Amino acid sequence: MTLTLAQVEHIAELARLTLSDQEKTKFCEQLSDILEYAARLQTLDTTGIAPTASVLPERSVLRADEARPGLPVQTLLSNAPKVEAGQFCVPPVLDLD
Amino acid sequence: MSDITGLTLSQLVHGLRSGDFSSRETVQAYLAQIERLEPTLHAFLTLAAEQALAHADQADRQLAAWRKDEESHIPPLLGVPLAIKDVLCVAGLRCTAGSRILENFVPPFNATAVDRLLESGVIVLGKTNTDEFAMGSSTENSGYGPTHNPWNTERVPGGSSGGSAAAVAAYMAPAALGSDTGGSIRQPAAFCGISGIKPTYGRVSRYGLIAYGSSLDCVGSFARLVSDVALIYSLIAGQDEQDATSMDYPLAQANLDEVDLAGLRIGIPDEYFIAGIQPEVEAGVREAIKTLQSLGAGVERISLPHTEYALPVYYLIAPAEASANLARFDGIRYGPRSAAQNMWDIFRHTRGERFGAEVKRRIMLGTYALSAGYYDAYYGQAQKVRTLIKRDFEQAFEKVDVIAAPVAPTTAFPFGQHSDDPLAMYLEDIFTLPANLAGVPGLTFPVGFDTQGLPVGMQLMGPHFREDILFKAGHAYQQVTDWHNTMPPIVENSLNQK
Repeated sequence: MTLTLAQVEHIAELARLTLSDQEKTKFCEQLSDILEYAARLQTLDTTGIAPTASVLPERSVLRADEARPGLPVQTLLSNAPKVEAGQFCVPPVLDLD
Repeated sequence: MSDITGLTLSQLVHGLRSGDFSSRETVQAYLAQIERLEPTLHAFLTLAAEQALAHADQADRQLAAWRKDEESHIPPLLGVPLAIKDVLCVAGLRCTAGSRILENFVPPFNATAVDRLLESGVIVLGKTNTDEFAMGSSTENSGYGPTHNPWNTERVPGGSSGGSAAAVAAYMAPAALGSDTGGSIRQPAAFCGISGIKPTYGRVSRYGLIAYGSSLDCVGSFARLVSDVALIYSLIAGQDEQDATSMDYPLAQANLDEVDLAGLRIGIPDEYFIAGIQPEVEAGVREAIKTLQSLGAGVERISLPHTEYALPVYYLIAPAEASANLARFDGIRYGPRSAAQNMWDIFRHTRGERFGAEVKRRIMLGTYALSAGYYDAYYGQAQKVRTLIKRDFEQAFEKVDVIAAPVAPTTAFPFGQHSDDPLAMYLEDIFTLPANLAGVPGLTFPVGFDTQGLPVGMQLMGPHFREDILFKAGHAYQQVTDWHNTMPPIVENSLNQK
């Protein structure tokens, strides 16, 4: 399993990660090595084996549907890099021009 | 030893209640030890010295009131200081997860495990160093520089909870909290010559633990003694409605008064004693098994046939979960924000500038494993093989009560040994990953030293929710051995220099 540079760039874009050229080359090599190692999983016959997403017994966890006090808005905003009018502030997402 | 830092948790509690020393004196003793060794070891990322002393004074007032009325309620660990791995939120205290992307994050709430300890009267000394987002086996991936092993400062302390392990091994804290997703409590405990528990998945709430691999993450405890590890565990375990995966399974109290292990069946898995393991590690573990036998335990060979697949399964599932969990770090709600102007560039650049190499590597790996066209071949297949690994354990525990094995193939390795070869670093985890994939508990405790004076640890794994069996066996072992009382030379010197 060898990843191409284009694949690495595609994955980085999916993951919203800016990578330097040096990082791209390095990840190309290292991720290929790791995936090659992981390829040994393909040698196992898993026909009829159910996947495990959680080791716990499957169960529903419910609680009464009632309002409870939460943390104050100001407290929750206290770590934000930019705040305006009691809200998280971000640049325009839609280009309306 | 007369020094406060040499006492066990129960000795600390006894001393505080009887007034032999105050909580302030206790906190001061640990802060002094931190001052002596922190410049060399770098176990902490944030210290809470002033706050800890203020809490100690409060505890001393409560203790004084209690002494006048010993029938009144008293929290079990009132006035006892502890260290917390920097992936667990403590309200008002900076929490970085070892990452530059959270360098100024101050959580507004407590993790449930922390909350329970605070209710038990514990005082937080500070937050300990970790590989970034708990991804690593050496603390070399910390965004704030590595922690050094108290037994040999040229060596890693293990990871990712290397700061917690080093702090306890260096008598800078009597006990500490850590987290274990693929071995991050057990391996550093082994490398630093102390004891540590990775509980059953679902036993301790993950609320307030900065998520790495949500189906694998466990919060657990470190101390020099197994009995102290068990005490902290008993205070943090139990269902929590803030974590839907936490279970209300009854907590079996470990019988620590009994050293007799008659009737205990120990399984020795062939797959954990393989070529390439450091001979002194294997010898130490085998010798420890003999000691357990001398206490009455029976031993039999078992097989966990899918062990060799645990590594590739883990390094697909954990990065897949990490790639989703770490999507929240985008410079919008917390952490520094890149100077980019456009929304998408803010995401890309904040993450690209602030995440370290290993975190990026795992996000990339996980994103790939989950991406269209590769999901079935990688993530899907890994989840199926995870089922096979889980079954191995279920079948083994039909025959035996516990499984004894090495914790890692070697003792603590030198800095930089695996820096250019992530796969070689991942191989350090081969003996700890299976317990996380199967969700079973694992206890590590020291069983000797190699010829270079580095600690050798062993792990006992047990059935789901049977931490009590592990604690009983580990405690019995420590009743007849002295490894847990051996002090790193640097610690001995620091205490003599006072």
